[in-house]
Parts: sequence; C-alpha cells; structure tokens
Amino acid sequence: MEAFTRLDAPAAPLPLSNIDTDQIIPKQFLKTVERAGLAKGLFYEYRFDEQGREKPDFVLNQPAYKGAGVLITGDNFGCGSSREHAPWALMDFGIKAVISTSFADIFYNNCFQNGLLPVVLKAEQVAQLMDEARGGNHVVSIDLEAQTVTSPSGASFTFEIDAQRKQKMLQGLDAIGETLQAAPSIDLYEQKRALDRPWLERA
Amino acid sequence: MQPMSGKTLYDKIWDAHVVDTQDGEAILYIDLHLIHEVTTPQAFAGLRVNRRPVRRPDRTLAVADHNVPTEGQALGVDAVADEEARLQLQTLGRNVAEYGIEYFPMGDIRNGIVHVVGPEQGRTQPGMTIVCGDSHTSTHGAFGALAHGIGTSEVEHVLATQTLRQKKAKNFRVRIEGEPAPGVGAKDYALAVIGQIGTAGGTGYVIEYAGSAVRALSMEGRMTLCNLTIEGGARAGLVAPDDTTFDYLKGRPATPKGGAWEMALGYWKTFFTDDDAVFDREIVLDAAQIAPTVTWGTSPEDVVAITGHVPDPASFETPDKRASAERALEYMGLTPGQPITEAKVDVVFIGSCTNSRIEDLRSAAKIAAKALEGGRKVAEGVRAMVVPGSGLVSAQAEEEGLDEIFKAAGFEWREPGCSMCLGMNPDKLTSGQRCASTSNRNFEGRQGRGGRTHLMSPAMAAAAAIAGHIADVRDFL
Repeated sequence: MEAFTRLDAPAAPLPLSNIDTDQIIPKQFLKTVERAGLAKGLFYEYRFDEQGREKPDFVLNQPAYKGAGVLITGDNFGCGSSREHAPWALMDFGIKAVISTSFADIFYNNCFQNGLLPVVLKAEQVAQLMDEARGGNHVVSIDLEAQTVTSPSGASFTFEIDAQRKQKMLQGLDAIGETLQAAPSIDLYEQKRALDRPWLERA
Repeated sequence: MQPMSGKTLYDKIWDAHVVDTQDGEAILYIDLHLIHEVTTPQAFAGLRVNRRPVRRPDRTLAVADHNVPTEGQALGVDAVADEEARLQLQTLGRNVAEYGIEYFPMGDIRNGIVHVVGPEQGRTQPGMTIVCGDSHTSTHGAFGALAHGIGTSEVEHVLATQTLRQKKAKNFRVRIEGEPAPGVGAKDYALAVIGQIGTAGGTGYVIEYAGSAVRALSMEGRMTLCNLTIEGGARAGLVAPDDTTFDYLKGRPATPKGGAWEMALGYWKTFFTDDDAVFDREIVLDAAQIAPTVTWGTSPEDVVAITGHVPDPASFETPDKRASAERALEYMGLTPGQPITEAKVDVVFIGSCTNSRIEDLRSAAKIAAKALEGGRKVAEGVRAMVVPGSGLVSAQAEEEGLDEIFKAAGFEWREPGCSMCLGMNPDKLTSGQRCASTSNRNFEGRQGRGGRTHLMSPAMAAAAAIAGHIADVRDFL
C-alpha cells in the first residue's frame, strides 16, 4: 500500500447523497480477477450514456476536473455493496481522497486498506469546499499529519481520524503482517477454542 | 462508583472472540469464513505474492453464486457463456483446490446463494463470528451470530490469519412489538425500520432485533430482517437464539450431533442480552401499525405503505434530500401524488439472499395458487421469475409441488443463484423496465442499466405479477 502524507490536487464537487458502490463501480466491472484497470468503470453510468459516449455535464468529464485527485461529495458516501472495487476504481482513476460529511462503514474500512483517504468534515465545511471547488481555482490541500484540509481560498479545516489508522496511512503499512505478529495469541485462542467448542473442529 | 451494567448479545459475542489487542484495535477470531467468486480472486493473488498459507481452510466454505446463470447449471462452469464470469468461476475453482478449501461448485445441489447455504448446511451457528466478502453477510445474525460483510483486503486478512482487526461498534436495539396484520411480515418490518432510521441511521452500530413480533418470526423471517440491516447502514443485525433457532439447526449436516449437540446447546443458550444491559440507541415499532410496504425511489429508505402515494420532493426537509428525491422520481418514471399501486410492472423477481428460502417461495406460491383458483395467471406482458436460493431449496419446493404451481400460473422456475438481484449474470432489466423485486437494493442500475426496482415481500411480488401493477397482497389472500 502506498503511503499517504500530503496531497495538493484539484477537487471535483459531486453534490449527491447516498452514492452507493453500485454507482461508483457497476456490476459489469466486478468480473475481473485483477485490482488494476478499474478506472474505466468508475461512475460509469454518470460518465457515459447508453452508447458509451461521455456525458459532458458530469463533473469528472469536464476539462477543469479531468485530473481531479479529490472528490467532495454528499452524506453517506459508499453505502451498499461491500465491493472493494469501489476504492480500487477511485484510486485507479487518480482520486486519492474523498471528502464528505459521512461514509458507510464497509467502504470507509476498505479505503484504509488501499491508501485512499476518507475525510469527514462538518456539513457547512463540506458545503464551502463544494462551492469553492466550483470556481476557477479548485486545488485543495490535505495534510494528513496535521489533519487539515485547506480550501482553494485558504480556509483551513481540521478533521478527526483514528490515530492508528492515521499512522498506517502515513506509513503505508500492511495489516496482515502486523496481525501475524500476534500469531502466538491466535494459536492460544485456537487451542482454547478446540477445548471449549470441540464441535467446531473437523473430525 | 456506578454499578456495572449487563452485557448485550453483541458484547458477549465480541468478548468471546477477542484474541488480542494491538494499538487499540481488537484482533477478532473468525469462526466461519464464507467466500464466493467475485470478491476473492484478488485476495488469493495477494496470498500467493506474499507466500502466505490459508490458516484454517476447514473454517472456510466456498460457493459460486453471484455470476452463475440460472439455467443449464448441470453443464458446469465451462458452459458459462460470459467469458469474464467463466474465468472468475474457474479462478475460484483453482484457488480452493490449491488451498484445500471445501467448495460447492455450480451444479452441486448444495450450492446456492452464500447466505442461504451457510444456514441451510448448519454452518451458521449461534455465538459465532462470521464474515464474507458480501455486505449481506448480516443475514447470519438471525442465529445470534456476529456476521458482517468485509472487503477483499479483509478477505485476504481472514484467509491468512483467521482473524479480523476491528473497533467495537455501538449497541442499537430495534424492538418490534405486537401482532402484525395479515399479509405483513419480516420484509415489511425491515423496510419500515429503514424508512424510519434512514439508510445511514445504523452506521457505526450493531442492531439487535427484539420484541414479541421478532420472537414470533421463523428463521427465514429473521434472516430477511437481519439481511436488510446493512441497508439501514448497520453492518450487522442480531436476533438472540431461542427454540426457533435450535429447532431449525437440529439435524443439519454441519450441526453437532448427540452429546456434542447438548454441549453446543448449553453454550448457545448463554447468548442473550442481559436485562440490565444498556443500549446506545433504541427504537420501538408497533407491528400492528406496519402495512405491506414497498419502495418508490432509488434508496431502500424510500418506502411507502401500499395504500400510500408517491411523495412530493418538496415535502423533504433538506435541499440535498429534495434533489435526491427529484432525481429518484425522474429515474423511476413516477409523479408526485400518484398512488403507488398505479405503477405497472414489466418484470417480477422472486429470489435473492433476502427472500429465496422455502418459506418465501411458499408464501409467493400461495398467492399464485389462489390466483389460479380464480382463473388468473401472471398478467399479460409481465415476465415473472422465481429463483430459489439454493439447489436444496429448489428440491424442497419441487417436492412440495411449488414449481408446478408457479409454472401453471405463468412464472418461470429457474436454477439457484443471486440472479437479478444484482444482474451480474444474464438476468437483467433493460432500460425503463419496472420490476417488483424481493431483493434488497433499489439503487439506480442495480438490476440492469435504467431498470426501475420496487422492493417488496415475496407475497407482494407475486400479487404484482398477477395484477400487472404494484398491488396490495391483502386483496389476494
């Protein structure tokens, strides 16, 4: 996993609530056995019409937002299906952070497994960022160490993030390697479990 | 000092599975890991790159469900027409063979939707922790198991360590009390709850369902209720195990037998919420006040009683909600104020991990049989399909003659799988088609690009098939 420390990138406003992971990456792209290459399916039905032509109105199709690295969006982003293809598609497209008032639990977890930073801000802060991002200058700065988002006009907002998750993001740490350091505890638990709940062991 | 309060069911399962704590995160032991073709290939690839084994192949079970066609399954994977789907299924077959994981492949009578198979085989048991790379893993909470969906990186983590790193969620109790009216059941309860708390209302919580109406539900009904918990934002739903649970489990292939059964039973009976336990949030619903419920929009919180009308976007509180409602109505092709029963359907889908179990099929077949008696069938121009949740559900239904009733009434009787719930296989809506569906998500494009989904119970879906429009099941009882 790539570490996330600091990001200065154009931000695209997507002012819709409850954007579910079916919208982020529709089913037809889930048949892949790879992690890479999902950018083509990102927001597919928002980006393309039924003939596969780009819809010019959609924010990520507008020239000003083509290289967006940040997405600013409405409440409860990432609800629905657990598909990790959603953060994979966002990352593959070049989005490295998503700013919202709230995220759905599974999506939020999945972000941290992939170095995609989900930033929770207050409703009025998200609204201000959304407004500013609609203007000519839409570069937003995110400093994970300092836990701040700086708007194009220079307004600075602090965000909360779990301390452990922050450290792992900053260092790009692999969770499995870390858990395996606790292998003796897992061994012990399994031995105890085999005694307490023997019916769970295969004969 | 304040007296210690009791524990909730969730607290008890959690405490029984904490292996260790690292940096404030619990390492939680996982008793059962269910896997399927769509969310695992990248996890196995990750194991291979890092030369890591699967820690407990014996606590892992694989099925093929998301991608499979609902016909011709006896021909096997090689006959799957969609090249990418075929490759994904073949990849799962190779992965389980390499790592020694038990697998019910396509065509095996035990195969079916992962959340139907686990309980049916008796793999799902009270007090367990269960995960799967699928958000509807919440279904298994019906047995008093802590069960939730995980992403593919976490699938890899569980394969490698048989544990999951977790922060504890908060406790939320939903009590449903009283007697429901005829024609009202678990699906209506679930939609009513989501309508009340909203699609993010349960975020950060585990929900325990309690109350006399919940206790009165069968295991199938409890599974429907817990299944839809994720649509209210909570990752897991729970119902404390009781005699209904134990009766369901007894004699299933993977449940303990003889002395081991008694031992397990004693253990399972310790999983209930203490009287003095404190919940962070609690709501109470009166079952008698819940009508047969359907969705009108593109979020599961967009619910309306069958006697109700399509809402006016202007009636919503915030600009965000108004914009979402306007967008939903345009997408759904509905007008504010229109009675919901005016919506004509093109397709009826009875199936999915929410509603494809034997009891679901019986309740739909009852409506179909009643219609047949009155000389009625599926309305002209409506395609109605029934997709059983597993090969065993299908066999049971055929033994009871339900397939014959459905076929005589003009329904298609198909082979098991996730099917049109998410349209990864060939069962899809085309643009503009309206569907009465027993599934779990009415998101834009969920059942096919441009498709319009109305969620409802199996009996309501069967009634819609006969009427040709969304209909009140109470007119068909």
